[in-house]
Amino acid sequence: MDKVEIGRMLRRLTQADGLSGAEERVGAVVQEVVRPYAAEVRVTPLGSVIAYEPGTGGHESGGSEAGAPAETAAGRAAPGRLMLAAHMDEIGLIVTRVEGSFLHVGRVGGADPRSLLAQEVTVYATGPGADKYPDGLPGYIGSRPPHVLSEQERSKVVPLDALRVDLGSPALGASVRVGDRIAVCGDYTELLGGRVASKALDDRAGVAAMLGALGYLAGMQHSWDVYAVATIQEEVGEMGAATAAFGVAPDIAVAIDVTFGDTPGLDDTETVEMDKGPVIGWGPNMHPGMVKKLREVADDIELAYVSEPVPGHSGTDAWAIQVSREGVPTALVGIAVRYMHSATEMAVLADVDRTARLLAAFISRLDGEFLAHLPEEV
Amino acid sequence: MADLRAVLEKLSNEFGVSGRERAVRALVKNEIEGLVDRLTVDALGNLITYKAGDGPEPRLRVMLSAHMDEVGFMITKVEKNGLLRFAGVGGPDQRTLLGKRVVIGDERLPGIIGAPPPHLLSRDQLNRIVPIEEMAIDIGATGDKEAGGKVKVGDYATFATRFSVLSDDPAFPTVRGKAFDDRVGCTVLIGLLAEHYPVDIVGLFSVQEEVGLRGARVAAYRTEPDAAIALEGNTCDDTPRLPDEETSPVTRVGDGPAITIMDRSFFTHPGMLRLFRETAAAEGIPIQYRAPGFGGTDTGAIHLSRAGVPSIQAGIPCRYIHGPASILNMNDLTNTVRLAGAALRRINRGYLTREN
Repeated sequence: MDKVEIGRMLRRLTQADGLSGAEERVGAVVQEVVRPYAAEVRVTPLGSVIAYEPGTGGHESGGSEAGAPAETAAGRAAPGRLMLAAHMDEIGLIVTRVEGSFLHVGRVGGADPRSLLAQEVTVYATGPGADKYPDGLPGYIGSRPPHVLSEQERSKVVPLDALRVDLGSPALGASVRVGDRIAVCGDYTELLGGRVASKALDDRAGVAAMLGALGYLAGMQHSWDVYAVATIQEEVGEMGAATAAFGVAPDIAVAIDVTFGDTPGLDDTETVEMDKGPVIGWGPNMHPGMVKKLREVADDIELAYVSEPVPGHSGTDAWAIQVSREGVPTALVGIAVRYMHSATEMAVLADVDRTARLLAAFISRLDGEFLAHLPEEV
Repeated sequence: MADLRAVLEKLSNEFGVSGRERAVRALVKNEIEGLVDRLTVDALGNLITYKAGDGPEPRLRVMLSAHMDEVGFMITKVEKNGLLRFAGVGGPDQRTLLGKRVVIGDERLPGIIGAPPPHLLSRDQLNRIVPIEEMAIDIGATGDKEAGGKVKVGDYATFATRFSVLSDDPAFPTVRGKAFDDRVGCTVLIGLLAEHYPVDIVGLFSVQEEVGLRGARVAAYRTEPDAAIALEGNTCDDTPRLPDEETSPVTRVGDGPAITIMDRSFFTHPGMLRLFRETAAAEGIPIQYRAPGFGGTDTGAIHLSRAGVPSIQAGIPCRYIHGPASILNMNDLTNTVRLAGAALRRINRGYLTREN
């Protein structure tokens, strides 16, 4: 595993579509990408993808209520069970009405109408004849020509309910049904300085870091069992993380999600610097012992990191995982992303790689003592 | 005419902001090789082509014009933090720019026009159109030094949009791409130059239409046409709306070539209008009339050249012009080629008077 390979994974992951509640396409890519690095890959009833890699401790009796595999490499019990979570769903649109060539739309997650205007999209049609378009239909969110608009109209943001997706032909509209999903297009573009722009870096950057960590881990020793979960439906309320955490029943968990990268013009207390390494969150959502360990590991491998204060709801899978079952010591590792929730989200590829390396080092340093000492840190 | 779609695809994907049309000109030159008798490039960059007619002398000289330039941007400042400030060239719609990809300069450096995350904006900010002066292109550079090595103030930029086919249905074949205004006119003109006509043809691929009809003006002066037909990607606003909204669609995609009677730059010559009506009726080609009063095109400059030139404009409706992409119907394109071609076979001096 290296930065180049992580870049390759990130390109594949971002270019697969997977709106909240319809993550099958990206889920298939996740399964394919993770297979070389996991002993077992399975899909939960709601669609989250769980990659399981046993620790050298192995399992005494295999699966538990967590549904882990019955037989693992060694006979000894693993000292603990770690869940990693990064969400694979992305924001987008959903069809609310079909009017000839034109689709009325609603939001799935927090898309921004300002940047949706004049946006290329892919419509996953399911109506009559839609089987001719297995890769979706190209569409475009049109903007009325400025020539015909009044000064007042030109100065107003077009609200979501006035946006229309144009399919280019009424015959194509006939194969679209209310409820069909619409993904925003946004190529993976390499910019200067190792920066990349794409749609859905939120949170495919996190997924790439998580899968990259498994890749790095393949060349390392680790005693803990690892469950890397690409979760569904984070953008609409962390549904996948909540259900997957119940299923895995981890001893500890780390969520990996994007956070606001420094953006010229924005208050820098609300953003973190880009290209400065993984962002380790701190606040009520994070277990102090977990944060301490992540920081120690980063220092140990001489990896720079950024601390981000998160005074309440982190808006990530960590929020749901922390209160799963009887409670899970949880941490949040972030990747700084600029222009979030647009088709041109931007990240520094090195930050994704550094996050993967921090996670791998963290996992390899978990031992039989770690769990016992956690209560002292609360 | 499937090959005209391939021509449109190439032209649409090429880079040619007003004042920097050279790449489009090179492409056009390549496409018309062998189709014209001679060609010249003038002081502004217009590509002027000549094709003698096969009718008896004296022959009319008819100008066909389409503009090569597209709306875009110019870099005005490289900020200390590496971001690029920019201005519009020829009126790109600033409402459409946030979160879009662009390419910059002759090297086609990729960049993005960033949109701050909605999570961190107030309701007022979310409902406010960001003026172009406040936007920036992000090329990934972290300082002016890094950016300055790749981009200079004055570099042109345009949308990174790639051409695509939306509908293959022969009854309603639509395509999507950037700069259809006016690469679709260039495509029609290339299609027309493939044929022979009784009249002499001046085929003008003009520059700088979007910044004030500059190229067509000097080219019309130079070539002294007897009549002119401009070929344009026309404004189209035919998205369904509530019936009580008093707005005109201007033109409708799929309803055929749009004939202008009046816009903000000219009145169509009545004889030329009669020529096109009679031609359309004789050939059974559907036409529509572009609603008066919107926009202006090269015809505005050509019809005022020297002592005046009887002119008309035939357009292809393009939804969403002046943004990152437009949509048009290929049947409108091919019907415009048919209509203008038939008009060139029909035209005579009788149509150039103001009688009848």
